[in-house]
Amino acid sequence: MLWVEGVHHRYGAVPALDDVTFTLPAGHTLALFGPNGAGKTTLLKVLAGLIRPRSGRAGVEGGRGAIGWIGHQSLLYGQLTVRENLRFWGSLYGVRAPVLDARISGLGARLDLREHLDRRVGTLSRGQTQRAAIARALMHDPRVLLLDEPFTGLDRVAASELAELVREFAGRGDGGGRATLLVTHNVEEGTELATDIGILKAGRLVELAARNARSPEQVGARYRELVT
Amino acid sequence: MGALLRDALVIARKDLALEVRTKTGLVSALVFTALVLTVFNFGRDPTAVAALDLAPSILWVTFTFAAVLSLNRAFQLELENQALEGLLVSPIDRRSLYLGKLFANLVFVGLVEAVGLPLFALFFNVPILHVLLPLAALIAVATVGFVAVGTLLSALVIRVRFAELMLPVLLLPFLIPPLVGAVQVTSRLLAGRPLSEVSGWLRLLLAYDIVFVSLAGLLFPATVDE
Repeated sequence: MLWVEGVHHRYGAVPALDDVTFTLPAGHTLALFGPNGAGKTTLLKVLAGLIRPRSGRAGVEGGRGAIGWIGHQSLLYGQLTVRENLRFWGSLYGVRAPVLDARISGLGARLDLREHLDRRVGTLSRGQTQRAAIARALMHDPRVLLLDEPFTGLDRVAASELAELVREFAGRGDGGGRATLLVTHNVEEGTELATDIGILKAGRLVELAARNARSPEQVGARYRELVT
Repeated sequence: MGALLRDALVIARKDLALEVRTKTGLVSALVFTALVLTVFNFGRDPTAVAALDLAPSILWVTFTFAAVLSLNRAFQLELENQALEGLLVSPIDRRSLYLGKLFANLVFVGLVEAVGLPLFALFFNVPILHVLLPLAALIAVATVGFVAVGTLLSALVIRVRFAELMLPVLLLPFLIPPLVGAVQVTSRLLAGRPLSEVSGWLRLLLAYDIVFVSLAGLLFPATVDE
């Protein structure tokens, strides 16, 4: 569902990704940890088609239209209402008008945004904005979710709500669910969600394994061992 | 082609909705237009230079700088909450992003020109009603050319510091051919001369539009990719 083959990338003389290779099948959630500058966001951008790597290839089954992207920022226009934003993004992904309204209602109900659909995004709280950003990413019913530090700035309640949504997303769909790639500093939150754990260090994928029964503390210890 | 235009219209509609909400770009361009025309009106000596000699240049200088104000904001608004990243991840053809911005910019600049033209006629006492149609057509043709180049360059400078300064620096040299042509044709129109006298300039304006709209559409994907 998602593949990365021998990807190298550098910014000028600074290496960002160094021979990264892995695949992520449907139904799996890979939490990718790494310190600042490890290449996590670059890897996501390569997968999303925002960056063309120097060598190697990466992609998502179904192309860019199959990707749901949740970045550092909401990607929403503050002067438009949540509904206007969702209509705009849904239209760009080819969701037709009658389906758009049904999706907005459904996501509004699921994400507890119904009362806020006609409010301007600029007037929402951080948690509400994050929920609107998730609704935006799910408007076109993506098959792959790419999340870049989604827990940043969220309180515990909002973070656990987000985790629940990601879990729900990963379990949905035909043929064993959908694939989710999550990059984060937050080992605890990431491990709770993941079926697989990856660790990036200076652009190299130094660990990739099934989570199995490992606790967040065990994963955290392994992370510290590898990156320090 | 259908999807390209459909997505472009979705983007243009969103930009126009944002402008209707904020009114920042349009209001500043309109105020600028009124201010420049007022200053030129009071700054000239009507006994030394006839209004008709000066008017075409003033009209196009005003429109050009008002357009630069509008063009500057075209991609600035995509920086809010990194919306540009979302647009680039979405499955739309990059060219539809360009076309959407071009359509929205043409509407903004067209509105500014629609308000600026009567003000110009009023301040400079230039009769335009008898040449209104050809003058409007000329303004439309010249505007398409410089907005096409301006939209491309506004995307190019979006990630650099002092983008608002860089845009006019890069854009103005490209505007010399259509501006000279537009001034020439406007002066002939206002003087009641036949358009056959400036058919070469008209052809240049049309060729400029075709070349730069096509070229900008082709180059645009390279300007927004990292």
